[in-house]
Amino acid sequence: MSEHNIRNFTINFGPQHPAAHGVLRLVLELDGEVVERVDPHIGLLHRGTEKLIEYKTYVQANPYFDRLDYVAPMNQEHAYCLAIEKLLGISVPRRAQLIRVLFAEIGRLLSHLLNVTTQAMDVGALTPPLWGFEEREKLMIFYERVSGSRLHANYFRPGGVNMDIQPELIDDIEAFCDPFLQVLDDLDTLVMGSRIFKQRNVDIGTITLDDCFTWGFSGPLVRSCGVAWDLRKSQPYECYEEMEFDIPVGKNGDNYDRQVIRMEEMRQSVRIMRQCLDKLRAPDGQGPVTTLDGKIAPPSRKDMKRSMEALIHHFKLYTEGFHVPAGEVYAAVEAPKGEFGVYLVSDGTNKAYRCRIRAPGFAHMQGMDFMCRGHMLADVAGVLGSLDIVFGEVDR
Amino acid sequence: MSAELQALSDHIASSLGEAIEDRAIAYDELTVVARREDIVRVATFLRDDPQCRFVCFIDICGADYPAREERFDVVYHFLAPHHNRRIRVKVRTDEVTPVPSLNSVFAAANWYERETYDMYGVLFTGHPDLRRILTDYGFEGHPLRKDFPMTGYVEVRYDDGQGRVVYEPVKLSQEFRNFDFLSPWEGTDYVLPGDEKAKALRGGESDR
Repeated sequence: MSEHNIRNFTINFGPQHPAAHGVLRLVLELDGEVVERVDPHIGLLHRGTEKLIEYKTYVQANPYFDRLDYVAPMNQEHAYCLAIEKLLGISVPRRAQLIRVLFAEIGRLLSHLLNVTTQAMDVGALTPPLWGFEEREKLMIFYERVSGSRLHANYFRPGGVNMDIQPELIDDIEAFCDPFLQVLDDLDTLVMGSRIFKQRNVDIGTITLDDCFTWGFSGPLVRSCGVAWDLRKSQPYECYEEMEFDIPVGKNGDNYDRQVIRMEEMRQSVRIMRQCLDKLRAPDGQGPVTTLDGKIAPPSRKDMKRSMEALIHHFKLYTEGFHVPAGEVYAAVEAPKGEFGVYLVSDGTNKAYRCRIRAPGFAHMQGMDFMCRGHMLADVAGVLGSLDIVFGEVDR
Repeated sequence: MSAELQALSDHIASSLGEAIEDRAIAYDELTVVARREDIVRVATFLRDDPQCRFVCFIDICGADYPAREERFDVVYHFLAPHHNRRIRVKVRTDEVTPVPSLNSVFAAANWYERETYDMYGVLFTGHPDLRRILTDYGFEGHPLRKDFPMTGYVEVRYDDGQGRVVYEPVKLSQEFRNFDFLSPWEGTDYVLPGDEKAKALRGGESDR
C-alpha cells in the first residue's frame, strides 16, 4: 500500500469500557496508533442536578451533592454548605469545623486511593485496586458510623454537621492512621516504584502551568506543574488555617507526577486528620456541632420532646425549610480532584434560584483532547486515569 | 479585603470605561456587569492587566430571569492566583442575541459555552463547535430555562417488542408537588365560619 492510501480512522472508545471510569464515550481519530484528535462525548450520566436543586429546599438539595463526585461525597456537600452559610452570614461552631475538616480529609483519602490504584489498573496491574478498596472500605465504615451511610452521607448541613462524633470513633480513626501509612508505604514501593508504572506514566500527558490556567485546571494538575496552589492554604476555609500540612508539588506536569502528588497528599491528609482528632479531644474542641440558631439548624431530639418551640422549629424546617437572604455567592473548596465551586443565587425564598456546580472534572475532561494528541492509543487510558475523572461530577 | 476589592473595581471601571455597565461588592466578592459586545475585550483586559491578572479560568454559566427584558445572564468566574482574588463578570442577553465567545481568550471556554448553550440556549458568536454537550443526542429544548418543566417532556424505556429503547411523552402518576411557601401563616385574614358572630357579639357587649 503506498503512502497516500493510508488514512486516519476513527474508533469509538466506550461508553462501556473498564478504563473509561464510568460512562464516557470518546471518539478517537487515529493515525495508525497515534491519536490525532479526541472528541469526548459526555453527558451520558447527566441527571439535571442543577435543575433539581432549583425545586428543592436548601436542606433537601444537600444529598444531590453526594452524588456528584461519589468517591468523595462530603467534600461536595462542604462547598454547598459553605455557600449557604456565606449567604446566611452564620458561623459554624468549632467542633463542627473540626469534624468537617476531618471528614473532608477522609474524603480526600477515599478519592486518591481509588485514583492512584485504578491508575495502576489502567496501565496493566490488576491487584492494586484491591489494596486500595480494602482501605476505602475501612474509611467508608467511618462514614457509616458518623452519618449512617457508607456513600451518600448527607452529613454536612448548613450550620454544622448532622450529628456529633462518638469518642470511640475518634479512637478508631486514630487507630486507622498508623497502619494506613504503612499501606501507603507499601503502595509507594509496589506501584509508584514499579518499573512498568513508570514506563507507562512518566512524560505522558505533560502539561504546563499556562495550559492549566487557560483550561481551568485545578488541584493536583496545577500542583504537578510546580505551583503550590491549594485552596486550603491560599484561601483557607473552616479551620484549615490552624492545621499544619505541606502542599506537595511536582515539576514535570506529567501523569507520574500527579500520582506521586496524590500519594503525598494522602500522607498530608493523615497528618491533618491526626491534628483534628487531637483537637476534637481537647477541651476547646467540645461543644455543639451545629449552629444554635433554631431557624436554620433543627433542634435536638431531646428538646423536641419537651419544648414546644423546638417542635415548631422542627416542623417548619422540614416542611418549609429556612429562607436564605437574596444575593449571590461563589464558594469553593479544594476537593480531592481540584477546585469544586458552588455559585449560588438566592432570591430570598426557601429554594435556591440558581445553583451552579463548578466541577473540576468537567474542565479536566475537556483537556483530554490536547493532552492526548500525539500520544499512542494505549496512553489515552493512562491520561484519562491521571486526570481523576468521575462522571458523577462531570455530567452532573 | 473590601478596600482592596474596591480599588480593583475602580481600576477596572476607569480602564474599561463604557464596557463596564455596573459593579458591586457583596459578600467580599466583586461582581462586574459588562456590556455584551465588549466581553472579549473585558476578559482580555482582566487576564493581561498587571493589576488584575485573572489568568485562571474558573467557570462560565448561565442564569435565567424570565421577568427581565434580556432574560439571560451569562456569568463568568475568573481567578487571579498571583493576587489571590476572584472576580465575577456578568453579561446580559436574550434568546436570540449572541454573546461573543471567549474561546480566543481562554481555551476552556469551549465546553463551558457549549454547556451554557445546551442548558439555556444562549448563542455564542465565534465559537468553533457550538453543539449540545450534556443532554441526550437529539434532545430538544433548553432544560435549565425556568419555563422548562422539571420533569421534562419525554421519557425512555426499553421496548421488548421493538427490541430498542423508545421515547415517549412523560406520564406522571402523581403531579409534582410544588408547595407555595411564600405566603406566611401570619398574614391570612380568612374568617372561620361562625367567628363573625362572636365578633359582633363581643362588639355588642362592649356597647353595653
